[in-house]
Amino acid sequence: MLNLFNLFRKEKLWDFQGGIHPPEMKTQSNGTPLSQLPLPERFIIPLKQHIGHEGEICVSPGDKVLRGQPLTFGGGRMLPVHAPTSGTIEEIAPHMTAHPSGLSELCIFLRADGEDRWTTLHPQPDYRALTREETVKRIHDAGIAGLGGAGFPTATKLRGGLRGVKTLIINAAECEPYITADDRLMQDCATEVLEGCRILAWVLQAERVLIGVEDNKPEAIAALKQALGGDRELQIRVIPTKYPSGGAKQLTQILTGLEVPHGGRSTDIGVLMQNVGTAWAVKRAIVDGEPITERVVTLTGEALARPRNVWGRLGTPVSHLLQHAGFTPGSRQMVIMGGPLMGFTLPSLNVPLVKISNCILAPSASEMGNDQEEQSCIRCSACADACPAKLLPQQLFWYSQGGDHEKARAHNIDDCIECGACAYVCPSNIPLVQYYRQEKAELRAIDLEAKRTAEAKARFEARLARLEREKQAREMRHEQAKQRAARSDQGELDAAVARVKARQEKTPEQDAAEREARHAQALAQQAEKQAETQALSRQYGDPRKAAVEAAIARAKARKAGAPAAEIAPAEPEVDAPTAEVDPRKAAVEAAIARAKAKKANAAAQAVEPAPAEPTAVAPAAAVDPRKAAVEAAIARAKAKKAAAAAQAVEPAPAEPAAVTPVAAVDPRKAAVEAAIARAKAKKAAAAAQAVEPAPAEPEAVTPVAAVDPRKAAVEAAIARAKAKKAAAAVQAVEPAPAEPAAVTPVAAVDPRKAAVEAAIARAKAKKAAAAAQQTEATSSEVEAAASPDSADPRKAAIAAAVARAKARKAQQQPSNTED
Amino acid sequence: MTAIWIAIAVLAALSLVFGALLGYASRRFEVEEDPIVEQIDEILPQSQCGQCGYPGCRPYADAVGNNGEAINKCAPGGEQTMLKLAALLNVEPQPLDGGEEVLEPIRTVAWIDEANCIGCTKCIQACPVDAIVGATRAMHTVLSDVCTGCDLCVAPCPTDCIEMRPVATTTANWKWNLDTIPVRVIPVETHA
Repeated sequence: MLNLFNLFRKEKLWDFQGGIHPPEMKTQSNGTPLSQLPLPERFIIPLKQHIGHEGEICVSPGDKVLRGQPLTFGGGRMLPVHAPTSGTIEEIAPHMTAHPSGLSELCIFLRADGEDRWTTLHPQPDYRALTREETVKRIHDAGIAGLGGAGFPTATKLRGGLRGVKTLIINAAECEPYITADDRLMQDCATEVLEGCRILAWVLQAERVLIGVEDNKPEAIAALKQALGGDRELQIRVIPTKYPSGGAKQLTQILTGLEVPHGGRSTDIGVLMQNVGTAWAVKRAIVDGEPITERVVTLTGEALARPRNVWGRLGTPVSHLLQHAGFTPGSRQMVIMGGPLMGFTLPSLNVPLVKISNCILAPSASEMGNDQEEQSCIRCSACADACPAKLLPQQLFWYSQGGDHEKARAHNIDDCIECGACAYVCPSNIPLVQYYRQEKAELRAIDLEAKRTAEAKARFEARLARLEREKQAREMRHEQAKQRAARSDQGELDAAVARVKARQEKTPEQDAAEREARHAQALAQQAEKQAETQALSRQYGDPRKAAVEAAIARAKARKAGAPAAEIAPAEPEVDAPTAEVDPRKAAVEAAIARAKAKKANAAAQAVEPAPAEPTAVAPAAAVDPRKAAVEAAIARAKAKKAAAAAQAVEPAPAEPAAVTPVAAVDPRKAAVEAAIARAKAKKAAAAAQAVEPAPAEPEAVTPVAAVDPRKAAVEAAIARAKAKKAAAAVQAVEPAPAEPAAVTPVAAVDPRKAAVEAAIARAKAKKAAAAAQQTEATSSEVEAAASPDSADPRKAAIAAAVARAKARKAQQQPSNTED
Repeated sequence: MTAIWIAIAVLAALSLVFGALLGYASRRFEVEEDPIVEQIDEILPQSQCGQCGYPGCRPYADAVGNNGEAINKCAPGGEQTMLKLAALLNVEPQPLDGGEEVLEPIRTVAWIDEANCIGCTKCIQACPVDAIVGATRAMHTVLSDVCTGCDLCVAPCPTDCIEMRPVATTTANWKWNLDTIPVRVIPVETHA
């Protein structure tokens, strides 16, 4: 008796609230056995045929592929797709896919070669020999997604249910009208379907397996029962026909009486559901080793002469399928993918069949009924009675239409399964589901935005923290450097004495040497700048010469540095760029010289607010002209920054950067050019801080004869920068006395002309500096030291160095007197 | 007379007891109210673009909350943000001047023309959310997923190779707009 009672309980079925009974229309297509169609010539394989992300493409156009060969790969929710037949990859391009939006997605185009050869398969008839994890991995590699219509990756689902699943439900309800794909599959491949169910049950270690079939498929039930024989492991449950009993939550409730909690998953109540088609695909993937390349698809509707179920290769264009089913389009013909209640109208017949397409419905005009106009909601609550999720559709409609997202969510729009029962019963013909879909998409967008906002905030705060950390580290380094400098103060004093003596007995030869030294010092300074931003190893053309220069620079710098050391001994860190053994030494020496020189600078800047010193990078000895060009570009960019600073501080006239010719064949010239640029930039900064507005300096633009394409690219970059600068100048609020830019195209082959240009630019710069210092009671020591017709570039370089030095001195003096 | 004294004593005792009770409750069940600045900051889009005139979302929230700054200055937030702020602060909505694109700003992300990028790292330094990757003299590119479309990287580019592009509609972010599916929207007055 107790036993009988238990048996009764086991077989018990429950019911869910709501639901509808639309005309079934299944007999159109379920009478004909499954058939194969001839292959189309060209397949369109969308990369994404499931819920999740596209896999990574692992083929390229022109590749020959075999059937079942993976075209993409990936783990987790990146499900691979496989070649549906053997052939050649034609192209990889966006194409319209089976999506109601009609938007394009990335697809692989495959031209079939007609041989339809399989790739090497790895069948495993005894699946129990595999581990469960291995089985799940094989299911993933076979590209199996839920074939019922949602397309959730099966492997991901199984992984989520590896523990704690007691009941496996195989969904064979197929409740939507017209669709008979699962029905036909169960009739024709019952053994394979059951084998698939056993594999799934084994993977999940499920205690019981329930196959839920609606009672409108007697043939399928009979076929399953026959194939099942005496097996007690799997239980077939025949459920009454009602839409939407095939919904996951509804079928769970019918078979177990349990409800999936709001916001939870079915595994929370120990239930996992798989579609019957998925079970078949799993059997194929594990036992036969075949990845999913085809699925059963129902071709039905009165516009088709031969409605039936066929094996459709994934990627087959819908038009090809319809053509073989005797498609005669009527006027205003629509083709629906999926069923009439949950499907969507295809935007074009050229879209491909994908893993989730279970039905292609081509109804005649009379079949779909009249296109009735949408009326107002009369609050009849018929939709609420029909809703299988126990929602209030009329309220949801109200909030969706009014854009009240909070309220819509409060009324659990997320629990809507979009079954369309409400729209079906609506006497006012309101397409309620469409409103819900739109509202759900809106809510998704809002959630995404919130997530993005949170992420942006987190990243912003992380960045601030990082900058703070870096600042502290820098300060600590400076502190250490300061302490080091204090220790060597005594040596500096000695050097000062030596310097005074040396100056007393200065000879013309030494004068020249000094110039050379300043030049080297400039290089050293620049080297430091470069070393601070990037660790770029520089190559000296002549290491020996560099060493000599550096040595001289060291001597001079020490002289200059001694008095400065008394005021503020700030020693920069010594990080010397290195190249080879010999040049390394030179670099070290240069670095020392630089350190000294910097100290001198610091002293000058300590007295009054230091001008924002733009850094002009002078290439020490660029070996090739290309490098020189790049250097010059950088120098120019810096100069631009200086100009910007000038505009920001006060309505000082925009001081354009002096752009100097670059195509220097000899590296030294490049150095000269850069030095000039630097001097200009520095002066520009000084002008910005001057009380009186300095006169605008004309822009000397000298284009470079571009020799090779790379250089041309650099040129282009420069041109873009200039264009931008010009635009900025126009937009400046204050009418700055912008003088027209003197564009002097120089044939860079002639070095002399370049030198002349540089000299002119230098003179102008000097004038600007002088103007800036007008208010201060100083006698400008600046003299015109430039001979415009200097014969060789070297002379020009020396002249430039002298001018620069003077300008700096002039700048320092007023500040000293002020103090 | 004693009756009066008794009454006074009883009332005094009662007031003491209840006073102590209330005092304890106010300590024990104290609700830490979210500071208003925090709440305003939640509403702001966190693009850190500075278009409001403040160096970030937080400073603007601070200004709105503590200094009575106008609530219509958030450009990327558009009208929605302004309305939310108005509701939060219980003030009159302040209109945004401008057309449709001001009311509902289109989300854009930065895009680098990589052929013209010289690898100066200026945009990397400008990006408030570290959404640009690249190195010195190496090509830069934008992580479009984390780009907030703040526009701050466009100005520093010396070669003008960064532009803001609207985010393309894909099947993932398509919103079932009612124009492409056969749904007619009923005018509001028919509901009356």
